[in-house]
Amino acid sequence: MELDVVALSRLQFAATALYHFLFVPLTLGLSILLAVMETVYVMTGRDVWRRMVVFWGTLFGINFAMGVATGIVMEFQFGMNWSYYSHYVGDIFGAPLALEGLMAFFLEATFVGLFFFGWDKLSRVGHLAVTWLMAIGTNFSALWILIANGWMQFPVGSEFNPETMRMEMVDFFAVLMNPVAQAKFVHTVSAGYVTASVFVLGVSAWYLLKGRSPALAKRSMTIAASFGLCSALSVVVLGDESGYLSGEHQKMKLAAIEAMWETEPAPAAFTLVGFPDPEARETHYAIHIPYVMGLIGTRSLTTEIPGIADLVQNAEGHIRKGALAYGALQEIRAAGSSAAIPPAAREAFEENGPWLGYGLLLKRYVDDPTQATPEQITKAAWDTVPHVPTLFWAFRIMVGIGLFLILLTGGFFWLSARRRLEKRRWPLQLAVLAIPLPWIAVEMGWIVAEVGRQPWIIEGVLPTAVAVSNLGAATVLTTLLGFTLIYTVLFLVEIKLMLKAIRKGPQHPLDGGPGHGPEPLRDAAPGAAPAFTPAE
Amino acid sequence: MVLHELISYDVLRVIWWLLLGVLLVGFAVMDGFDLGAQALLPFVAKTDLERRSVINSIGPVWEGNQVWLILGGGAIFAAWPLIYAAAFSGFYLAMFLLLVTFILRPVAFKFRSKREEPKWRARWDVVLCLSGGLAAILFGAATSSALMGSLFSYDPASLGVTFKWTSFFRLLHPFGLLCGLVSLAMLLAHGAGWLAFKLEGPVAERARSIGSKAALAAAALFVVGGVWVAFLNGHQIVSVVDPAAASNPLRKSVELVQGGWLSNYAAFPPAILAPVLGILGMLGAAWALRRNLPRRALLASGLGITGIVATVGVSIFPFLLPSALDPRSGLTVWDASSSHFTLFVMLGSTLIFMPLILLYTAWVYRILRGKVDVAAIAKGDTHAY
Repeated sequence: MELDVVALSRLQFAATALYHFLFVPLTLGLSILLAVMETVYVMTGRDVWRRMVVFWGTLFGINFAMGVATGIVMEFQFGMNWSYYSHYVGDIFGAPLALEGLMAFFLEATFVGLFFFGWDKLSRVGHLAVTWLMAIGTNFSALWILIANGWMQFPVGSEFNPETMRMEMVDFFAVLMNPVAQAKFVHTVSAGYVTASVFVLGVSAWYLLKGRSPALAKRSMTIAASFGLCSALSVVVLGDESGYLSGEHQKMKLAAIEAMWETEPAPAAFTLVGFPDPEARETHYAIHIPYVMGLIGTRSLTTEIPGIADLVQNAEGHIRKGALAYGALQEIRAAGSSAAIPPAAREAFEENGPWLGYGLLLKRYVDDPTQATPEQITKAAWDTVPHVPTLFWAFRIMVGIGLFLILLTGGFFWLSARRRLEKRRWPLQLAVLAIPLPWIAVEMGWIVAEVGRQPWIIEGVLPTAVAVSNLGAATVLTTLLGFTLIYTVLFLVEIKLMLKAIRKGPQHPLDGGPGHGPEPLRDAAPGAAPAFTPAE
Repeated sequence: MVLHELISYDVLRVIWWLLLGVLLVGFAVMDGFDLGAQALLPFVAKTDLERRSVINSIGPVWEGNQVWLILGGGAIFAAWPLIYAAAFSGFYLAMFLLLVTFILRPVAFKFRSKREEPKWRARWDVVLCLSGGLAAILFGAATSSALMGSLFSYDPASLGVTFKWTSFFRLLHPFGLLCGLVSLAMLLAHGAGWLAFKLEGPVAERARSIGSKAALAAAALFVVGGVWVAFLNGHQIVSVVDPAAASNPLRKSVELVQGGWLSNYAAFPPAILAPVLGILGMLGAAWALRRNLPRRALLASGLGITGIVATVGVSIFPFLLPSALDPRSGLTVWDASSSHFTLFVMLGSTLIFMPLILLYTAWVYRILRGKVDVAAIAKGDTHAY
């Protein structure tokens, strides 16, 4: 890949998005966990639960600040680096982003301040309401950004307007109820819940290993394990739904994930591991599990899943039609008024308009797609294949970690139900070591979703290569280096502060601090208190 | 009859022009006092406890206030996608600098008091001060390009926008710097009003003293800017415009007229209220700060900011972002909006959510009312910044 504006802009977007997504999942999950813990506190009146909220809230706060700081970059970057994209789809894509601000960001950001500063100014129930509103706001923001992203994967409810040279919204409800967006939303927030659960589980395990704050740590683990187990199951179910939907709407993504170069007779086998080779267009040393792929992709034993070669052949046909659409569009735009449009051009555009985006794929090779040679068309058709080894491995790492985390949270759920959390050290050590895993999985998930959509920025509508701003490569390189530098420094500082806060640990019950005055200390005896006892 | 046709396209565009103004004013007034207070930090607060009390006065509210910027970005994307596509890529490096200030700000708030070392804290104090001040100047300088015109043009075939890379340096033009200073001075005055309102003792006193000077400077620089505008080229559409036509900026002809930005005031005399409000608001803030009436000072500086922001919008109407390079490429209310349907949907959403936002924001400020509890900060309240 040469480092032109397109590559640099993609690199910058990927770097800033992956970085932003280091903080988002923890915020999503911890906000809910905080709300749950505080609910227990308000219902039972036991002080240990308040201290849990305060302690995990401190870590939440450090993380939240980074999420906010890196989030603004994401919103502004569409206009900065993807100017033609913003012009081409702003009519649809802008709406969920604005709604995210209206419905979600104001809610979470307004109440996050009160969450930290309102302990002494609000009643218990009042503060609990604030915490829940913050958590709901946080999760709403994920809903809207995934409605926006869902539309990029499966652009519904819109059509192209030759007068304005852009896609325009015709059905808001279709954009909202996009099935891809719905599946992605639940899949992504569940992944966030798992991330936070594994984080709480791991940090609490470390306290148990050190013999510190056992009452707080064990209660945290109980909550995290049960919440984490439900969420991990939900991640897989909705991940499966996403897989099924890509079988419908993004066949190429599915074929690339599977490194399925040729169409196989139904039901297709699932390739467990192997080494996909994009040059030779085959997968070396593949280990197959029969039937499984057909079941995931089509939920039937008789429907075929098309392989890459067949999909490329389809794409060739689309590109030919797209070139015709492009030619017709030029005539329509040259006509000036709608009365002057030649009827033949109008007809050609009506017939081939849906494939206009495929015509734009040729822009990489020729200025006027109508003049493309057959070789250029074939090349552009092969461009519709995303980088297979990247997808193949990213997907397998993601799923592997996901399955492991079901076992981990399930195991701890069992241990805490049997009150055996402190019985053996190795599960606790395992939980500490597992802390980075969910982050690796969610980053891989982003790669599967976004690299898997290439070469499209909007699936089938707009190629990534024509969506960039008219900027110099040097300019983009400057900001890429700038972001990298700032982000690296901040990351190191953030990790140091997190570790410091974790080492310092929860405040001692006798310290007082924010809250509602001194309360009876019911968990003073370390290790003695069972996880749940009814309030006296 | 389709629902969105209840409101005609041109009327929706004017409504969204007004809403754009509301968002920009909302951002300038709400986040403005945070930015101003940040920029004032090292000048009004000397000891660590004083600085922490300044930071804690904005600590619970800056995150919510900042959403006005985020919503502004999203709303421009949704309602004025051509502005979003052109301005954000055109002022690329200025945007980058702005983002740096907005990346560092939350981090500085959260990280500053997490460690005891004076050196660590002093470093983040510098970051807070510079990020607040620089952001204020950048917003002002960017506004100058709405009056001077930017260097961009549209490709007729693709309607893709191309900016000249020298656009960034136009922000350093003396007029750009003047606009930056107006913005800095008005936000300093506003931030000082907030500090006087929330704090007591020497910090509030210093804030009042600096703030009243800043307010006077803002009024004076704003008047200088007004005189300068009389000598700038204003853009005027000379072709017939269909205000309900599809958004395509290349369908009009534009002429440049020296002092043309003042013609709206002749055509529509009540528009003069905007600059008058700007000047009187700032003078009022200076007076109230001197008289130790912080509540009135905050109100006056808020009105002054409203007047100053409105002045820019009213002067260049119907333009939003004129082009000095290719005047007919300039973006106006009539050719830079999203579609009729999207404008309608977004208006509906705004009408539902904006009152809710104002309601719960007001509730939060009510809960947080009163002076900052400096004693609690000194005691080491773990939740204070």
